[in-house]
Amino acid sequence: MAEVPVPKEKWTGSIGEMELGCTEAGGGSRATVTVGGNKGLPFLSFEDGPRRKIALAGSVSDSLEDVPQAIRAVFGEDVNDAVSWAKAWKAKGADMICLHLTSTNPEERNASTESAADTVAAVMKAVDLPLIVYGSGHEEKDAKVMEKVGERAKGERLLLGKAEEGGYKSVAAAGMANGHAVIGFSNLDINLAKQIVILLTDYGVGKKDVVIDPLMAALGMGLEYSYSVNERIRIAALAGDAMLQVPMICDCTPAWKAREVTDEVPNAGETAERAIWWEGTTALAALLSGADILVLGHPDAMTLARKAISGLGGED
Amino acid sequence: MPTAIEIFKHLPKKNCGECKNPTCLAFAMQLANNKAKLDDCPYLSDAGRNALASSSAPPIRLVRVGSGKNVVDMGDETELYRHDKRFFHPTALALRVNDMMSADELGKKLGHARSLRFERVGQVLKLDMIEAECRSGDATKFASFVQSVASMTDWPLVLRCKDASIMNAAVAVVKDRRPLLHGADESNVKEMAAVAKGASCPLVLCSADLGRLADLVEMARKEGVEDLVLDPMPATMKESLERCTVIRRSAIRKTFRGLGFPIYLSTPATQEGTLMALTAVMKYGSLLSFDELPSAQALPLMVLRQNIYTDPQVPIQVKADLYPVNNPGPDAPILFTTNFSLTYFTVLSDIEKSKVPVWLQVIDTEGLSVLTSYSAGKLTAEAVQKALLASNAKERTTKGVLIIPGMVARMSVKLNEATGLKIVVGPKESSGIPKFLRSMNG
Repeated sequence: MAEVPVPKEKWTGSIGEMELGCTEAGGGSRATVTVGGNKGLPFLSFEDGPRRKIALAGSVSDSLEDVPQAIRAVFGEDVNDAVSWAKAWKAKGADMICLHLTSTNPEERNASTESAADTVAAVMKAVDLPLIVYGSGHEEKDAKVMEKVGERAKGERLLLGKAEEGGYKSVAAAGMANGHAVIGFSNLDINLAKQIVILLTDYGVGKKDVVIDPLMAALGMGLEYSYSVNERIRIAALAGDAMLQVPMICDCTPAWKAREVTDEVPNAGETAERAIWWEGTTALAALLSGADILVLGHPDAMTLARKAISGLGGED
Repeated sequence: MPTAIEIFKHLPKKNCGECKNPTCLAFAMQLANNKAKLDDCPYLSDAGRNALASSSAPPIRLVRVGSGKNVVDMGDETELYRHDKRFFHPTALALRVNDMMSADELGKKLGHARSLRFERVGQVLKLDMIEAECRSGDATKFASFVQSVASMTDWPLVLRCKDASIMNAAVAVVKDRRPLLHGADESNVKEMAAVAKGASCPLVLCSADLGRLADLVEMARKEGVEDLVLDPMPATMKESLERCTVIRRSAIRKTFRGLGFPIYLSTPATQEGTLMALTAVMKYGSLLSFDELPSAQALPLMVLRQNIYTDPQVPIQVKADLYPVNNPGPDAPILFTTNFSLTYFTVLSDIEKSKVPVWLQVIDTEGLSVLTSYSAGKLTAEAVQKALLASNAKERTTKGVLIIPGMVARMSVKLNEATGLKIVVGPKESSGIPKFLRSMNG
């Protein structure tokens, strides 16, 4: 029989392993999940260990401005309360909750930092999953929100979003002071992804406490850019670039902004089913290009992502 | 690809210059960089030509299925990662029909196949092939079925049958169309290769073991068939990803000729099957064959293929035009952006989010973003005015307001002079659009 040459890449680097959440033994009150640790390209068992943990986070908002109709419909009444919504995600098998404190946006409802911290505390009490917390995207307010949330959740090892090149110090400080990890966000560029990790670590955040978010553009809306940027980041990390050897988070919910997800398209089936595949396809592209944590909006898209991970031989 | 020195060894070393290069070594260097052709050398010996032709052949063979205008090209890929250059031949999609179907069922399925056709950012997305499968085990029946499928469609065909004599009868009917034959395995490779050779058709080789697959390649080539396609027969997504990766890497990285061919995969009609197909679009599948391809899954699959096979050097461009967003009337403002798809989609979704009616004017900037096209001199006041005239924008709205990207605020005066419209400087980032539009309205 012909001998096929083994085309194994000789990687010198590996992705750092990171634990999120904290059990009672560690002083927290929730389950933990360990991500990262890869020594090869995604899902290639001949060049990496056989199994690999990908954490699937269910997206929850404390305000409904940005929540698509189809997602409101599937969760029903639960979307009106972050606690019920998070519980619903746990029942549907999410590994993590990704909580967006959109209510704090000063241009909309302008909820106080105190009430935001209360929301986080209530979700933590009701659901024992590791938690990702974002503000509303309003830079100045987010700085205050994260400070408060970080304090209130001290010892629970949350993942705080998001530190950007223009303003990373407050999130970084909130993380460092209270033992949380932080998300370093960059806009579709490998050099910017590296830059934010450098800024965070120079500021004092441990490399073991950084997750990068290189921006996952959705199917049909620039997915090819993200796919290639992610892939380049992962290859550079495995080839030895220390500043990129951190886990990667990909938020797949921008898929819900595509026209094909909300509008009728002739000959393209039921919009509801197409929408699930739109987010699911975005998730699969994220997985194959290097994602360690996926944020998902629709439970059926999470089911697809889970099927993909187990089908590819990873641990979901 | 051999190095210049390896190539030089086979050249006549006359330094005659007839190839337009001063020396044979210079010619060798051009060859090594794919900048010259072997035929440019008039004195190359046959032995030298053979040695070089085989070693300079592309790592993955180009295989063409179909004839005339209706062809599908597969293979001839040179990269493992699209960011290194690009992927060339988009994964072809085939829908399977079989000879136990009634005429009615067949008509319906072909109708479904035809319906899977969409237009998106100026490109047509569609199914590429029909695969006709023999389930009856009856040579006459299969041949007449293939005949009727061929008469009903122009698509390039795949014929699927394990029995060489049945295949032979069916190929005879459509060999002008140069169908792809599926396929040969260890039990029938000799016979099937003879059929393929007789009809000059490409042949799929099937084995779940890649070493045996390379053996089959050797056997088929001995029988004189060079246009081959590999079916690594994965049962799971994991097997699919790993086998496709090993095939692609061994061909590209190791120039291993035994597996240097396009990949065929038949994916099951389940969610996992569709996930396998999506994976294969990203990771090295050349032809995917479906028993079923539901419409709601076909569009995401085709859009993924469009995304992945985009040339990273040539951004997807949106047609320059005036687009109504949120049902604008004559009192809505015009807002312009560039035709770079990513910019357009971001701006569009942010305007939609604002729920404020706007006429969105897309300017042809050759696919560059706002700041880049401005710096490159593609986004000028004249270009904007020309686009507004071409789309009749100023007749569709009487408001007389043009909102411009904050990044190019310095264009305001020139734009006002060129268009005669009142210029309002919008936000620098698209994400500021909803707030901006709402405040403008209120």
